[in-house]
Amino acid sequence: MAVESRQPSDSTASTKEQPAPLTSGSRLVRLGGIGIVLLGVAGAFLYLGGWFSPHELTPARFVAGFERVNGIHSGFRRNHAKGVCVSGFFDSNGQGTRLSKAVVFQTGRVPVIGRFSFGGGDPYVADSPDKVRGLGLLFRLPDGEEWRTAMINLPVFPFNTPQAFYDNLIATQPDPNTHKPNPEKVAAFLASHPETLQASKIIKSHEVSSGFDNSPYHGLNAFRLVDAEGKSTPVRWSLAPVQPFAAASTTGATQGDKNYLFDSLIASVVQHPLQWHLILTVGKPGDVTDNATIPWPDGREQVDVGTLTLDSVESEETSPARDINFDPLVLPAGFAPSDDPLLSARSAVYSKSFTRRAGEKKEPSAITPSDVRK
Amino acid sequence: MNMTMTTGRQQFTGSMRFLHWLTAAMVLTMLGIGVAMVASLGDYHSLVSIHRPLGIMILIMVVIRFVNRLFSTLPPFPATMSPQERFVASASEMLMYTLLFVQPLVGWGMLSAARYPIVMFGSLHLFPILPHSVMLYAMLRRTHTFLAYLLFLTFIAHFGAVLFHTLIVRDRLFSRMAPWRVRSS
Repeated sequence: MAVESRQPSDSTASTKEQPAPLTSGSRLVRLGGIGIVLLGVAGAFLYLGGWFSPHELTPARFVAGFERVNGIHSGFRRNHAKGVCVSGFFDSNGQGTRLSKAVVFQTGRVPVIGRFSFGGGDPYVADSPDKVRGLGLLFRLPDGEEWRTAMINLPVFPFNTPQAFYDNLIATQPDPNTHKPNPEKVAAFLASHPETLQASKIIKSHEVSSGFDNSPYHGLNAFRLVDAEGKSTPVRWSLAPVQPFAAASTTGATQGDKNYLFDSLIASVVQHPLQWHLILTVGKPGDVTDNATIPWPDGREQVDVGTLTLDSVESEETSPARDINFDPLVLPAGFAPSDDPLLSARSAVYSKSFTRRAGEKKEPSAITPSDVRK
Repeated sequence: MNMTMTTGRQQFTGSMRFLHWLTAAMVLTMLGIGVAMVASLGDYHSLVSIHRPLGIMILIMVVIRFVNRLFSTLPPFPATMSPQERFVASASEMLMYTLLFVQPLVGWGMLSAARYPIVMFGSLHLFPILPHSVMLYAMLRRTHTFLAYLLFLTFIAHFGAVLFHTLIVRDRLFSRMAPWRVRSS
């Protein structure tokens, strides 16, 4: 700042008569006052940063919970750790434009990348049809906007608040001796969470499909779509598979192949592109939008807005999707979050998990590049 | 220069004072939002949605201020300030300008490296300024936190120094930047 040198060095001309000197007592009081003001400002910032509420659930404490239960697997997502990456495109049929001004709903095709995964923090867990299947998607809109969504195969979510999710995570932590959750802790959790029991009944009433390819995926949380006039409509979205349903085999894994469901997904994509219809379920006034454990009543209007095609599969090691955070609140104009408390929390915790793994050394995924090529 | 000497201008120009207080309000809001959002689950999204565009506004603001400062005549330091104090004051001012310029760029860069769309509002978003690299993101994310704490400490030192001059030395230092017009008698 060269300007400084132009300042007159002799400014004594402007000095008026000095005020009477402070007594040492009054000086001390004033110094103390300054100290208190500065401490107050610093304290206000620490308060905002949650330093005085160590028991409140924060993104960092949430991710620490995953790490406590699953251990730290360097470079992997803290949840939905095991996965493969896919790419393809979405063909919109234009039906969504009456609900939302989002470019993704205008007739046409946008590229998509995504990632199939199993719920849980173990990146090398053995495949099994009763594990939660996830599909994260990123729709790349032509003008640089993006729509990201992370869906699972359950018809409703078992938890209605971030705290309930966290408490269940801790309650179902496997006991180090039995390697199974402590039944007393699980029972205690369920006793105080009737909504989880209710959601479990709904989940159990849906038959699980045999693989990733013929499974539906549900966005679960309600969102709001906003049209060009600014009218906002509550919606939930799902992907309905074109691949015919087959019930999951109860005989379990093919001997010794820990990745058999991913292998069969890979084989299936190689044979023919996989397709899903993107279905918007349109909520009516009064439908709950802040509770993902409660399904909307039957008979709500369903709008098929287009077809997702996934025609390529890759190991995490070679795909850009590994380094994408499928944050459900990366939304284009024409989409808005609902009042569901899970949404902001998911965004916060995904972001924290992403930040942690971003800086870590990347260990090889269970599904290697050679698994995908064979 | 001589003009200002003879009229004895003791205050920064009106535009400099206006921009100073506007920046102060924006930066304090920003620091508060920043520290709150990283600790929040429920308010995370709404706070981040303010944080991004406000950061870019601060970046624009600091450029405007810098240019405005180059073309403005500054009031003299009070005679009560020793050469050392003047040096510290000038250096800390330079540090604040630098931090206010670099911090939004680090934020923009880290979102670019993480390959997040950098949404301002609606469909308005910024182009990425760095390639997709999560290692780069992790480094910049840590830098962003470090610079935020450094900025906060610089603010505390600045605020503390002004309080000290105003309440202990009583050299009317504050009136140089007071939001209102102070008549130099």
